[in-house]
Amino acid sequence: MSAVLEPQGLAGQDHSHDHDHPHGWRRWVYATNHKDIGTLYLWFSFTMFLFGGVLALGIRVELFQPGIQLIQPELFNQLTTMHGLIMVFGAIMPAFVGFANWMVPLQIGASDMAFARMNNFSFWLMVPAALLLAASFFVPGGAVAAGWTLYAPLTLQMGVGMDMAIFALHILGASSIMGSINIITTILNMRAPGMTLMKMPMFVWTWLITAYLLIAVMPVLAGAITMTLTDRHFGTAFFNAAAGGDPVMYQHIFWFFGHPEVYIMILPAFGIVSEIIPTFSRKRLFGYSSMVYATASIAILSFVVWAHHMFTTGMPLTGQLFFMYATMLIAVPTGVKIFNWLATMWRGSMTFETPMLFAIGFIVVFTIGGLTGVILSVAPIDIQLHDTYYVVAHFHYVLVAGSLFALFAGVYYWLPKWTGHMYDETMGKVHFWASMIFFNITFFPMHFLGLAGMPRRYSDYPMQFADFNAVASVGAFGFGLSQLILLYVVIKCIKGGPKAADNPWDARYGLEWSVPSPAPFHTFETPPTVR
Amino acid sequence: MNTFVTSAIQKLGLLAAGLLMPVWALANDMTTKYNLRTPASGMAEDIYGLHNFLLIVCLVIFVVVFGVMFYSMWAHRKSRGHKPADFHESHTLEIAWTIVPFLIVVVIGVYATPVVMAQKDTTNADITIKATGYQWKWGYDYLKGEGQGISFLSTLTTPYEQRVNQQPKSDNYLSEVDNPLVVPVGKKIRVVTTANDVIHAWMVPAFGVKQDAIPGFVRDTWFRAERVGTFNGHCAELCGKDHAFMPIVVKVVTPEEYSAWVTAQKAKTAQVQAGAQVAQVAQ
Repeated sequence: MSAVLEPQGLAGQDHSHDHDHPHGWRRWVYATNHKDIGTLYLWFSFTMFLFGGVLALGIRVELFQPGIQLIQPELFNQLTTMHGLIMVFGAIMPAFVGFANWMVPLQIGASDMAFARMNNFSFWLMVPAALLLAASFFVPGGAVAAGWTLYAPLTLQMGVGMDMAIFALHILGASSIMGSINIITTILNMRAPGMTLMKMPMFVWTWLITAYLLIAVMPVLAGAITMTLTDRHFGTAFFNAAAGGDPVMYQHIFWFFGHPEVYIMILPAFGIVSEIIPTFSRKRLFGYSSMVYATASIAILSFVVWAHHMFTTGMPLTGQLFFMYATMLIAVPTGVKIFNWLATMWRGSMTFETPMLFAIGFIVVFTIGGLTGVILSVAPIDIQLHDTYYVVAHFHYVLVAGSLFALFAGVYYWLPKWTGHMYDETMGKVHFWASMIFFNITFFPMHFLGLAGMPRRYSDYPMQFADFNAVASVGAFGFGLSQLILLYVVIKCIKGGPKAADNPWDARYGLEWSVPSPAPFHTFETPPTVR
Repeated sequence: MNTFVTSAIQKLGLLAAGLLMPVWALANDMTTKYNLRTPASGMAEDIYGLHNFLLIVCLVIFVVVFGVMFYSMWAHRKSRGHKPADFHESHTLEIAWTIVPFLIVVVIGVYATPVVMAQKDTTNADITIKATGYQWKWGYDYLKGEGQGISFLSTLTTPYEQRVNQQPKSDNYLSEVDNPLVVPVGKKIRVVTTANDVIHAWMVPAFGVKQDAIPGFVRDTWFRAERVGTFNGHCAELCGKDHAFMPIVVKVVTPEEYSAWVTAQKAKTAQVQAGAQVAQVAQ
């Protein structure tokens, strides 16, 4: 990590390239530039984030009070399912791919992604997939209502919405795999001279590892949902016990994908935070190589812990014990990452602009989710809490306050580089505090609901759960509305604002700060040299 | 004077009681609202203890780690004129903060393993009951032990009007059934689960029991209730639109009451069978 900043012959890059790429709508539909495609990914994921958020608000409206008010149980189950699918596959994952598109070439000193046209294809595949998911609400039987995990044999009872979801997931999987191939090829082949693997920025490292995870597990998901599809329509019986199949096999296959998937959604977040903490602490990232090894360890361990999602299926004793021990081990490399961030901050010279606030908020709240993860790893406790709101609280702590807060941190951090303007710092801080407070009002009470035994995916609940549900619903609306602040800040920043310097945060490391702000359409046509 | 002292002591006592009331109320709340349900079986007791232990370990880690971080955020900030140090590596530290969490994890594992083993040990049961998940009710068949042969369905009794807010909700809203499962106190009950359509899960938090009910397969779990009373739980695996409306209610009774209940059930079954025979003859 010694990519010390120096002007790298940028004079030659300043000339206009207006003539060599299409304008208007063609610029986006025919986009092959990594920055344009990154922008497309980010806007797409933000749109899906709002869509998935509206579905979540539907859930919270219904759960505000016991009894059935606005949403019938059938629709309620569609909302929980689609909220999960859209947030995971439509919002969080594409947002990280958007960051990879924008930042990986800038951080390794490459002129673009390796496969520009495949890059375009992998983005535009997502749009029909999203339309399929959205349209499935309006077909007979409605959208799929079997939970985002799509457990068989409930999926065999679903209507045509299920087939649309399967098709959408296939498309999204193909898109993810293409994106990953592109990212791996770019990182392994297009680094600037002198940038060895162990000099790469942490964000690039985490994405390299994430991309391998994606290639390894997206086909597994494709297999699981294809089996569901053939069970539904072509007379197979993979998951039908009456014909010799096994419904639990679906869960094994799904979680063999599903557990690495949760690291796919958190490792790039670790990467973003590892960029931001050093910059605002004015100090080098502590323990760079141990961070790389910790990330790789988490990725490897993610393949041997899947059945901790299945402690209540009735595995044999040895199974329970193996998956309990393996899951507990993940706490070790994850802890190493937290400690390294702390050591980076220690005796630094810290300032607390919005990116730093979100990064620190990430560390604190993600750690709460990590600690509840340790509690859940203990099989007997998991059996008590499995499929209750405790689990809902746990994974929202790691996915919303984890992945999402890291994405917000990244947006504020790189927004000056993307737009050439400084964003509204006051509004950014308001966005942070509103998100942080409302997030905790929404999700902290869910721990208590789960401990008291309220199952998840319930459209209605006994009276003793009423108070905390009401609190959570109020918090959810606050959290949802707070996200409009982000939209306001970003639009305002795109339209204007104080001119951003090339290196607005005085970052000591990172090639992206050596190019002008906003980053010109083409950068690093002549590769920089990294000492 | 004497009366004054007495009255003062009384007043102080009242004041103390008044001050302690919220603490007592909170403590009472702690066992019902903010924590796992009060255990009614040895297994639930073990889980409760494990959870308390882990919660304390996690809280200590959280306070120590973030105590350090917040101190650093306060002390090492630019606005206080702190100049950045230049260190960025320490093998000693890296090894230390790998080993220490590893040891904590080992301790947790050692503590938890016997509970896992006990939880999976379904041998030597006094009574075996099959719980079958249906969309959306539970069926119970007493397979072995006292009461063998008893069989019934258990369905939610909360009126639909309460669910759609046309009637005020009762205290047992969505936690009441027509035929609760009845078991004797102090006996090891093995519950064999299966399902008729999709996967359900049979859970009773007060016993520390949750077991998926999988169509075409049987799985088992066990509990030994330690006090009489009525305990409820809910279906814990998404099973379709009425997933929230198939509660589990277990009535734990004394062995004598249980025997009486078994006799009554058998008589009822005999009556129904006799009735069926009469009806057949009449045809």
